[in-house]
Amino acid sequence: MNFEFLYTLHLADNALILGHRNSEWTGHGPILEQDIAISNIALDLIGQARNFYQYAATLYNGNKPELNGLIKAPAFQQVTGEIDEDDLAYLRDANEFYNCLLVEQSRGDWAKTILRQFLFSSYQQLLFSRLEGSADTTLSAIAEKSLKEITYHVRWSGEWVIRLGDGTEESRERMINAIDALWKYTGELFLSAPYEEEMARRGGGFAPESLKEEWLKKITATLEQATLPIPKEGWIQQGGKQGIHTEQLGFLLAEMQYLQRTYPNSEW
Amino acid sequence: MVNTADISPVEKEIWKALEEVMDPEVPVLSVIDLGIVRAVHVEGRAVEVTITPTYSGCPAMDVISMQIRLLIRAKHYDPVTIKTVLSPAWTTEWMTDAGKDKLRSYGIAAPNPKQQVCDNEYFKREEAVQCPHCQSWHTKMISEFGSTACKALYRCENCLEPFDYFKCH
Repeated sequence: MNFEFLYTLHLADNALILGHRNSEWTGHGPILEQDIAISNIALDLIGQARNFYQYAATLYNGNKPELNGLIKAPAFQQVTGEIDEDDLAYLRDANEFYNCLLVEQSRGDWAKTILRQFLFSSYQQLLFSRLEGSADTTLSAIAEKSLKEITYHVRWSGEWVIRLGDGTEESRERMINAIDALWKYTGELFLSAPYEEEMARRGGGFAPESLKEEWLKKITATLEQATLPIPKEGWIQQGGKQGIHTEQLGFLLAEMQYLQRTYPNSEW
Repeated sequence: MVNTADISPVEKEIWKALEEVMDPEVPVLSVIDLGIVRAVHVEGRAVEVTITPTYSGCPAMDVISMQIRLLIRAKHYDPVTIKTVLSPAWTTEWMTDAGKDKLRSYGIAAPNPKQQVCDNEYFKREEAVQCPHCQSWHTKMISEFGSTACKALYRCENCLEPFDYFKCH
């Protein structure tokens, strides 16, 4: 049971953390239309996160004795009765988040935000198209629903990678810097965490190793079209899927969780 | 959209009543026009309404659920359960023709047929979207993302007016 819960949290955390990062652009986008675009993508991701968290909360409430020890954050432990999606998003500590490191990195400039979206959405599209066939009908339904939105995200971000890479001297330089900043976090996407392995074995989830080739093909083709250099295999920074994060996540959570932690059980 | 053959008279009454529940983001469209109500079950005084969201993050869904609940409760049914299903995923194919007409007269271009749904090909655009103001087909997409998740932003090259397009999904 706990691998199913952790796997669902992992999928939820990926979507929530990237959704939150993207929402930092709302009101600050480079032009109005793209401000609206990145805010819409943030909304889609937070919607996906809600679906996964609602499911994770159901799993937790149905198996509390077994899962209780997995989340030790004092704020979470103080919840009485059944937990809900908000408790999972707002009351867990950083080491209880299972998102990959890529999504928590600071938004940087527009080039970094665009490249990260493209790298992640391309991965998510491949993963969810497999997850659609999951033996777990809730996960498969969320994947099916999300895929339609992800297609827009892949196309939008991929087009921007091409525009910026094959754009001006400055936009090209910024894209190259973004590749340097983010590439080391992409390897983790394709290294299975124990809960991914276990879920794959039971037919409920999908081990991401086998997606790497197809993902790399897509990324390479797009970077080529953008006249950008193709990064080589190198050092892989990992740990996020196991709860070991970069310092970036702490700052993000401090802002995102502030209200619920300062005024517990507040409603508005 | 929904098979009406085995719907009881009370259920029919609820389907009819749901035509009054409007999408708060696009207030000319009812939940029936949108095709987001998938089933209605009545047993005694208990009602279960099954709905499906248009987009995962659509903020209107919570308001819509509450409005459906209030409307049915006002007809003295209790308890009223709103069940949300994600599969099969909502598509603009489920929007009624009446709904599409209402959209156009409200100034929003109605979704094109499904074969033009977004795919992976870069810089590919929908063949043609008709301007809801002057009916010209000479229009241009400004942004794939608009004022709500379900809309894209267009401009008419004929009358020069910007307009929303309810995008295929």
